[in-house]
Amino acid sequence: MKHLDEYRDPVLARAVVAEIRGTVTRPWVLMEICGGQTHSLMRYGIDELLPPEIELVHGPGCPVCVTPLEMVDKALEIAAMPDVIFVTYGDMMRVPGSKGDLFQVKASGGDVRFVYSPMQALDLARRNPGKQVVFFAVGFETTAPANAQAVWQAGREGLGNFSSLVSHVLVPPALRVLLSAAQNRVQGLIAPGHVCTVAGCQDYADLAADFAVPVVIGGFEPLDLLQAILMLVRQLETGRAEMENQYTRVVPHEGNPAARRLVDEVYEVCDRKWRGIGELPQSGMRLRSKYAGFDAEKIFGLEAGGVAEDAECISALVLMGQKKPPECPAFGKRCTPERPIGAPMVSAEGACSAYYQYKSHFVQVSTAS
Amino acid sequence: MCLAIPGQVLSVEDIGFNRVGRVSFGGVERAVILDFVPDAAPGEFVLVHVGFALSKIDEAEAQSTLELIERLGMMEPLEEQSLEASG
Repeated sequence: MKHLDEYRDPVLARAVVAEIRGTVTRPWVLMEICGGQTHSLMRYGIDELLPPEIELVHGPGCPVCVTPLEMVDKALEIAAMPDVIFVTYGDMMRVPGSKGDLFQVKASGGDVRFVYSPMQALDLARRNPGKQVVFFAVGFETTAPANAQAVWQAGREGLGNFSSLVSHVLVPPALRVLLSAAQNRVQGLIAPGHVCTVAGCQDYADLAADFAVPVVIGGFEPLDLLQAILMLVRQLETGRAEMENQYTRVVPHEGNPAARRLVDEVYEVCDRKWRGIGELPQSGMRLRSKYAGFDAEKIFGLEAGGVAEDAECISALVLMGQKKPPECPAFGKRCTPERPIGAPMVSAEGACSAYYQYKSHFVQVSTAS
Repeated sequence: MCLAIPGQVLSVEDIGFNRVGRVSFGGVERAVILDFVPDAAPGEFVLVHVGFALSKIDEAEAQSTLELIERLGMMEPLEEQSLEASG
C-alpha cells in the first residue's frame, strides 16, 4: 500500500541502522511514547537491530491500559443493564474490571457491541429508539475528535437515546510527570505522531525546552521509527535538546485546528486518574456541562467509588518506563493475554502484550537468569 | 488505539451533517468522514483513524522524508566504492 510499504524497506532500514551505529558513542535511554510504536518496534525486531548503547523503554501511550479501573467498572455496570446497548472499541472488551470484563457481561446476556468508529454507535441509536445506546469514549488526542463528533452530532440530530461514557486522556501532562520523576531515566522521546496530527507540535517543543530533553515526533513504520531514533541520537551526541518532526508527511506544526475546535466545543480538560499511576492533574477530558444530556455517568447516576488495583500488577512502573514487562513476577505466568491481571497485557498496544507476543525468546532468557 | 492508516480518496459527497469520502485502502473501500479535512479531494491520500480522516498526506513531505533516508542508503556503497578505488 502506498505510504506504508515504502517505509518497510529492509535495505534502507539497514542503512539507517548503520548510520545510528556510526553516530552513537555512549549509552542513551530513549522512550517511544505510543503503544502503537512499541508494537511496531517489537514486531519488526527494531530494538534488536540497534547498537547496544541504545536502550528503548516503553511509554504510557496506551489509552486502554490507563483507563481507570473505576471507569471500567462503570462500563460493566451500565452494560449489564436492561434496555442498554453498550458500544465500545474492541480493545476494551477484555480489559479486566474489578468484577470481570465486557466479554463476560456479553456472555451473561448484556447487549455489548464493538465497533471501529463512534459513528456506528450513532447509527445503532438511530435504529434502536427504544434502547439507550452508550458509547465508551476512551482514547488520546487522536481519538477525541471522532468521539466528540458523535456527541455533537447526536445533539444536532436530537438523538435522546445516545450517551457517552467519557474517559479521555491527554499525553503531555503524563509526560511532564514522567520526566519530573526522581527515578526517570529517559533522555530522549519519540513523540506520538498520530496524537500530533490533531494536537500539533507546540506542546512537544515546550516539553523539549522545559526539560532540556530532545523530542522527535515520529511515525509508526520501521523506517519512521529508525529515522526518529537517528534524529534523537544526533541531538544527544551533539548536546542539543530540541523538538524535531520526523513525521512531516502527516503532522503539520499546527496539527488539525478544525478537529481541535470540535473537541473544544464538546469536551473540557479535567483531572483524570490513570490506571496504575494515579490521579494526574489536567490530564483528561470530560463532556462540557452543555452536553450533560449525553453524559452516561450523569444519566445513569453512577457514583465514583475508589477501587483497589491488583497488588501484584506493576503496570504503573511499566507505563512510566521504569520497569520492563518481564521484570514483573506475574508476567507470562499468572498474567497472560488469555488471563490478564493488568491492562497492558490485554491491549493490542500494551507493552506487556508486545513482549508476550514478540519477545518469547527474551522472556525465557530473562526468567531463567 | 491510535492506529491510523493511509488511504486514497476516490470520491466525495455530502451526506447529512457529514462530508463523506469513498476511500480505498489498498483496494478495500470504506466510507470515511472528511469533516476534519474538508478540502481533501479525489486522488489525494488521507490518514484515517476510527472512520475519520485526521490529515491529508503531504506528498512532497513524504518524498523528501524518503529521499533523506535513501541518501543514507547511498552512503554505504559509495564508501565501498571509494575503498575499492583506493585499494
